[in-house]
Amino acid sequence: MLKLHGVRKAFGNFEAVRSVDLEIQDGEFFSILGPSGCGKTTLLRLLGGFEQPTSGEIILNDHRIDSLPPHLRQCNTVFQRYALFPHLSVQQNVAFGLQMKKTPQDEIATRVNAALDLVQMLGLATRSVTTLSGGQQQRVALARALVNRPKVLLLDEPLSALDLKLRQQMKMELLSLQRRLKQTFIFVTHDQEEALEVSDRIAVMNEGIVEQVGTPQEIYEYPKTLFVARFIGSMNTIVGDVREARADAITMSGCGKRSLTIKPSRDGMRPLPEVSVGLKVQLMVRPEKLKVLKSAPDANQNYVEGTIKEVLYKGSQTQFLVTAKDAATPAQLHVWQTNSAVTAKRSFCIDDKVFVAWSPEDCILMGMNGALPQNQPQMPLLQSTGT
Amino acid sequence: MGWILWFILIPLVIVGFYSFMTKGSYGGIRYQFTFENYERAFDWLYLRIFWESFQLASITAISCLVLGYPMAYVLATARPAIRSLLLVLLIVPFWTNFVVRTYALKVLFAESGPINALGMTFGIFAEPISLSNSYFMVWLGMVTNYLPYMVLPLYVSIEKFDFTLLEAGRDLGASAWNNFWKVLVPLTKPGIITGSILVFTPALGEFLIPDILGGAKTMLMGNLITEQFLKSRDWPFGSALSVLLMAIVMAGLCIVIRYWTEDEKDERAKA
Repeated sequence: MLKLHGVRKAFGNFEAVRSVDLEIQDGEFFSILGPSGCGKTTLLRLLGGFEQPTSGEIILNDHRIDSLPPHLRQCNTVFQRYALFPHLSVQQNVAFGLQMKKTPQDEIATRVNAALDLVQMLGLATRSVTTLSGGQQQRVALARALVNRPKVLLLDEPLSALDLKLRQQMKMELLSLQRRLKQTFIFVTHDQEEALEVSDRIAVMNEGIVEQVGTPQEIYEYPKTLFVARFIGSMNTIVGDVREARADAITMSGCGKRSLTIKPSRDGMRPLPEVSVGLKVQLMVRPEKLKVLKSAPDANQNYVEGTIKEVLYKGSQTQFLVTAKDAATPAQLHVWQTNSAVTAKRSFCIDDKVFVAWSPEDCILMGMNGALPQNQPQMPLLQSTGT
Repeated sequence: MGWILWFILIPLVIVGFYSFMTKGSYGGIRYQFTFENYERAFDWLYLRIFWESFQLASITAISCLVLGYPMAYVLATARPAIRSLLLVLLIVPFWTNFVVRTYALKVLFAESGPINALGMTFGIFAEPISLSNSYFMVWLGMVTNYLPYMVLPLYVSIEKFDFTLLEAGRDLGASAWNNFWKVLVPLTKPGIITGSILVFTPALGEFLIPDILGGAKTMLMGNLITEQFLKSRDWPFGSALSVLLMAIVMAGLCIVIRYWTEDEKDERAKA
């Protein structure tokens, strides 16, 4: 298990990482996700041993490693642009680490072959790495790190140098490799889709702080901070005032005279926050939770009347841009509707007057400047979030 | 191209032609074909002079490499503002005439010169140390003069080097020593080779520095050739020596370049 306690890293006056606490389980595919400059790469470099933390502790299997040099850490890094040695062959690149550790020659040969076999590069073992394609270089970089049998494999945006198609393929290979090896992967990325797809858990970072740690589903469906809500996926936001705060529902203004209702999610993972009447809040709801209807929905649904301004037909899905009628709501709502057999027949055109509806359980309520305090303890989550 | 023809190729052809002629009684050239000049050049006396020139050029090139590599490394890794300053400092000596610079060194280290004066004043040495006309002074003159030719190509090579490779090396357990020899040096080889050629080749024919700083005690290829043309007035022999020197340098270069490109060819063949 890898633990970080209050890890902080400052470069002069700039704090790249500010007090990070994390617990990463053995065999976990753990992603560190955030926009560029959020400190995720610095955090990875602290784990890899290329930077020393200004304060805090990094503990791997009960041993403090934060002041150890990289090679004494049982962590190996796959660098962003792979950093393969261009003067060496594929084989020599992979053997480098073992040679540095003075491993016996015959053991080097077997381990290098096994590592190259693992990434399906055995056939190109004698090639110069400069002649390889991006995906092949990526595989060599993986083999070069894995051959040392690290406890933790650190991957610094390993897919960012690849083109889209190759990225998809390498992502799946990376995932299957991790599943087979049951090896701890710490994966740094700015690509949220990538992180959601492959990770067991994700730490979302912003401005040197870990905003939230959780499974991809938790991060997407139950964002705990305003940043996470906005950074992950798309979000519609409606600003209004709290009209009524009951134990089972909150109502707020936001679309003319009618109220919008917010209820806890059905699984209890997102309880209602603590609010007082009159507080200015923002209701957030994901585009795919919204439905475009020709007539007003049931009374228990939230809805906004509006006019379709844009229709993007994407095959599996149609995306609508709807301008709300009531001035109090934000001007535009994004609606992503799956084109099922039923909805595909119903066609909507630009300038149609429609109702945009969603259920009260799908709402996320946030304050104007951040998350609202919770008025009841969190239900136990599927997996410990480590914070 | 015309420029190369007129100022390099034609003079070379003339030198080559003269080298097969006979010396005239009064220092002129008698147009009579002979191999005698070349036969004379392989005299033990001249071979030893060549060997000493070769030695000095090698020592100069190696010294420049050893001193120049750290300098180039510092240059390549310095912050841009400091880097420009250091580059200017490296090039400034070229703004002064070479002979003046060499004489300046002589004065600086002379028995009554500033170094000795300072040493005496601070009691570092009891009596003035005599460095003039020593091999050390020749070495110092050669190194100070040729160092920039080594540093600049090295700087270009190191500047292009991807320093994450050193991090990758550290990650894989390479010590600083191994990282240097197994990662940095192989990948800056083009700079090392270019720099060494740029220093070694002119150093082999150098005659002014040994003359001024060595007190013309040691005869080198450069001095020998100059002497044939200016003092002995034996142009055919001087020409033969020049041709031989050029042939040896060319052969050396060819070997180095062949060896170097074969490395790359091997890599391409593997592909």
